[in-house]
Amino acid sequence: MFKWLHPFAKPETVYHLCGRLYPWLLCAAIALLALGNIWGLAFTPPDYQQGDSYRIIHIHVPSAIMSMGTYSAMAIAAFIALVWQVKVAQWSVLAIAPIGAVYTAIALITGMAWGKPMWGTWWVWDARLTSELILLFLYLGIIALSGAFSDRQTGAKASSLLAIVGVINLPVIHFSVEWWNTLHQGASITKFAKPSIDPSMLWPLLISILAFKVLMLALVCLRLRTAILLNEQHRPWVKALAGGH
Amino acid sequence: MVMLSCFIKRELRLLARQKADWLNPLLFFIIVLSLFPLGVGPEPNLLRIMAPGIVWIAALLSVLLAAERLFKDDYRNGVMEQLVAARQPLLSFVLAKLVANWLSTGLPLVLLSPLVALLLNMEQAGFIAMLLTLLLGTPLLSLLSVMGAALTVSADKGGILLALLILPLYIPLLIFASAAVEAASMALPYQGQLAIMLAMLLFAMALIPLAVISAIKLNVS
Repeated sequence: MFKWLHPFAKPETVYHLCGRLYPWLLCAAIALLALGNIWGLAFTPPDYQQGDSYRIIHIHVPSAIMSMGTYSAMAIAAFIALVWQVKVAQWSVLAIAPIGAVYTAIALITGMAWGKPMWGTWWVWDARLTSELILLFLYLGIIALSGAFSDRQTGAKASSLLAIVGVINLPVIHFSVEWWNTLHQGASITKFAKPSIDPSMLWPLLISILAFKVLMLALVCLRLRTAILLNEQHRPWVKALAGGH
Repeated sequence: MVMLSCFIKRELRLLARQKADWLNPLLFFIIVLSLFPLGVGPEPNLLRIMAPGIVWIAALLSVLLAAERLFKDDYRNGVMEQLVAARQPLLSFVLAKLVANWLSTGLPLVLLSPLVALLLNMEQAGFIAMLLTLLLGTPLLSLLSVMGAALTVSADKGGILLALLILPLYIPLLIFASAAVEAASMALPYQGQLAIMLAMLLFAMALIPLAVISAIKLNVS
């Protein structure tokens, strides 16, 4: 398996791979996003308790799931970067971090907009909201740390280390709804039990989650390509790509 | 073991010679505490309710203040570079930093807590809980701040960055510690919160020194 993976440690290969994947991923993301959101926002029946305002779930839940999913992807990249000293993995940590931060911010803002009609308040200091806010701070810390060093590579390594330390927050967010009795409702979709959400609402939600996931991949491809070019700008292959002087 | 005691002696001697390094955070702790009654009003009942949060926030800030200078001198005068270059195991250096940091910032907070309890009108049950949470929590604060300091030692804008990095990691501790003190002041059992704090401490003790060592290596090389 490692023999098969080995070429992907080379920045040039990754650059071209990302370039090939990016248009497909972007088209798929736009199609899925349009399908999931239009279906979810316009064609699903209203909730018997929450009426039409529950429809924000089609943005809130996917972005909340992806705020954690993106973090785990970043942490895996950070682990690879520190253990095997793969440069591309270091750069991908920094490529992923802002995307995750934006997903976390979307989850928080849509959550606030959902909380206002349902709970009667924009914000409560409850376990899940607080831990999601900590996640946002962690993302911001990782981004800020990478920019604080004069040497770009030291910054990338330090950010990777912080990303790994911050993994401790993921189970706390995930289980906060179960550990603490909070205002935030429990999970609607679980892997093992029958989902507590009606199939007519479930399908557009699943499509939206997939759409956010594919969109994340597309954006990572785009950002990673830029990061590779930036870090390898003095290499011959980049110069040849740019028109070779 | 010999290395460890050498390093600890060195750290303590340095602390004894640079008293401002550990006295200033303590003064800061007391000043922050005394600002709260001025800010929210001197109502004794209100202060009693807010006491756990106030004490813990002041403790977090003062530990943060002490953290900034933790590795700075050793980095500037080249001690850390020599240690890494000499290929000595860095573990005893890190452990000595931890012990010295806790002795100079954590322990004084524990010792000051009776005074704090008097100032904030805390009851006996709440005070005992606060003492226990400080005893369990301040080593964890030291661990996290040593890690933050090691990560940012060669960064250009260390100070504010350090706060941004480690305050989010302090938050779970803050939640459990103030929940324990609050439960105690309402005469509820609070062993659960203490057990979770102890678990966090043991987990951090096992893993954070490793993170600190790799942070030092990547900052020095």
